[in-house]
Amino acid sequence: MEGLSVQRDFTVKRMRPGEHVIEGVLFLAAALAIAVVVGILFVVISEAAKFFAEVSFWEFVTATRWTPLFENPSYGIAPLLTGTFMSTLVALSVAVPLGLLVAIYLSEFASARVREVVKPVLELLAGVPTVVYGYFALLFLTPILQSFIPGLPGFNLLSAGIVMGLMIIPYIASLSEDAMRAVPQSLRDGSLAMGTTRLETAFRVVFPAAISGIVGAIILGMSRAVGETMIVAIAGGQLPQIVTSPTQQGATVTAFIAQVALGDIAFGTIEYQSIFAAGLALLVLTLIFNFIAFAMQRRFREAY
Amino acid sequence: MAAVETNPRADITAQPNGLALRRFKDKSFIIWGVLATLIGLGTLVALVGDLVVDGAHRLSPEFFMTFPSSDPAHAGILSAWVGSILVIITTAAFAIPVGVLAGVYLEEYAPKNPLTSAIEIAVNNLAGVPSIIYGLLAVGLFVQLLGMGQSILTAGVTLGLLILPVVIVATREAVRGVPQDIRNAALAVGATKWQATQHHVIPYALPGVVTGVIIGISRAIGETAPLILIGGLTFVAFLPVTLPGDHKFEVIGAVDQYGAPVTPEATELVRIHHDGVVVMPDFSEVAVEAGQDIELPHGATVQTVADLGDAVASWSPTNWLGSDFTVLPIQMFNWTSRPQAAFLENAAAAGLVLLLITLLLNGAAIWLRYRLRKRIKW
Repeated sequence: MEGLSVQRDFTVKRMRPGEHVIEGVLFLAAALAIAVVVGILFVVISEAAKFFAEVSFWEFVTATRWTPLFENPSYGIAPLLTGTFMSTLVALSVAVPLGLLVAIYLSEFASARVREVVKPVLELLAGVPTVVYGYFALLFLTPILQSFIPGLPGFNLLSAGIVMGLMIIPYIASLSEDAMRAVPQSLRDGSLAMGTTRLETAFRVVFPAAISGIVGAIILGMSRAVGETMIVAIAGGQLPQIVTSPTQQGATVTAFIAQVALGDIAFGTIEYQSIFAAGLALLVLTLIFNFIAFAMQRRFREAY
Repeated sequence: MAAVETNPRADITAQPNGLALRRFKDKSFIIWGVLATLIGLGTLVALVGDLVVDGAHRLSPEFFMTFPSSDPAHAGILSAWVGSILVIITTAAFAIPVGVLAGVYLEEYAPKNPLTSAIEIAVNNLAGVPSIIYGLLAVGLFVQLLGMGQSILTAGVTLGLLILPVVIVATREAVRGVPQDIRNAALAVGATKWQATQHHVIPYALPGVVTGVIIGISRAIGETAPLILIGGLTFVAFLPVTLPGDHKFEVIGAVDQYGAPVTPEATELVRIHHDGVVVMPDFSEVAVEAGQDIELPHGATVQTVADLGDAVASWSPTNWLGSDFTVLPIQMFNWTSRPQAAFLENAAAAGLVLLLITLLLNGAAIWLRYRLRKRIKW
């Protein structure tokens, strides 16, 4: 038997050529995320730029009427912004107290078993299609509210805002609960050893310690509310007016975009471009919220 | 040095002032917490209950097997659920591979450099972009620049981009959970990096990936806003697919919510492709022949009966990608925005179907996540 002759040099690093191809494909898949961001910015900004070539930016931010489909159009974003702010305000005044109560209860009081069941079931709320919420707001909640508030119009931001608030409870509750549970047990033990009750510990020790996560959760809920379309489009009415009370009907930035899209949009017209201008306002708004959330988190972050 | 004042007769078991009140507050908070939780759970119950009361009686095999119609009692969701399935197939075919590969890249391959951070920032920001903005992207880019039309392909890819961050984040978490030992063992016996990833990391990460995919798909099924921008609120009374062997199928007849024809075949002057009938707004039927051009009044729908040959001729596995479409949430929105009560019942019934699908999918994802946590112990 002849001796084995080793002809291959095993010390040379060999890479199968396919590996490079695969790595390239994986990279392209990941890089698509950047392409999408660039695509969104490009499309929205370029169409909005055409809009601002026709309508002055000054009019956009100062005019108080948004009537692009009228004979004598006016393009003030203010009515849409007040609609968005009002519905978001209502949503937050429902979701923040309820969401935080749920979070504190689940994190500090409830047994592990209750938490295991309640949390996923609550998260189902976030999975309900928004068009179903819209139906619910318009045909279930509004009639109930009308029996309490005489003269409440069939379309109003109150009902839309409340349902939106119910929708974002799981976002706020779940993320705040995560933040509070991440607070080290030793902090709780220290507080309880000083003779405080669980409630006092929850509010004076755990809550402040988890504030960065809680603020982040609230901002996330807020940005959901600002970007939500179907609930306000269905139940809020689509009348762009300066809104001063939640019982009025009003159009949000998102509802306006949907409303224009429902008609047959002729590409290249000023109406078509106006939805991109509104979309740009929406993007900027979301960006500001993300920035605030980021700044708050830095400001409040404490390391343990 | 002052002596510490002590009172040898003090009762050290005495409770500090106000302890009873503090304990009462502590106990009563539980009531508030439970109440808040019940409001959340109650919403879910009220939501389902409301839809059941309003719409359950409309659910019948006929409701699933008929097209929308201007007669609410005979309107169904056939084109809506078929459209939903086709759009979701497109979405899944796009988002699952791209999302999983991107997630694997970011966890297993990505070097620490500015480009990788840029990708991570992009993914995080995309997760927070309002869904209607994706609709603007679709109109501006896919429909306008790329000429993909207001088609199932456009809708599927748009929703795919929308759920991409969900799939990527879920994949990353799942891949991160696979112990390093698994990779080392594979590499030690001579596997290349991709072999280790493909045969060992991805299979172990699969349940977590599937959970994320299910949640993403469920979100895509219920998403309405971006599709309004690309699909319009069309009244679609035809199926994008015709199966070989269909003896009868109803075609054309695309009119908007006001009864105005909207597709090219159905603008004012309608060309009839197959022998059939025109259903007038008063529900009377007028026979028409193939090749005929007729002017349609608002509210008319065209129902054509094609024979076997026509159906087979129009069938190809992918021709539906370019077709007009409607989906369940858009159909529900269409019915919700009509004033007649009978249409609202249809909306509730469609909503019930939609809600059941999404709740089942979400429930499946939760169950999977729960099983995952119990079963896998490294």
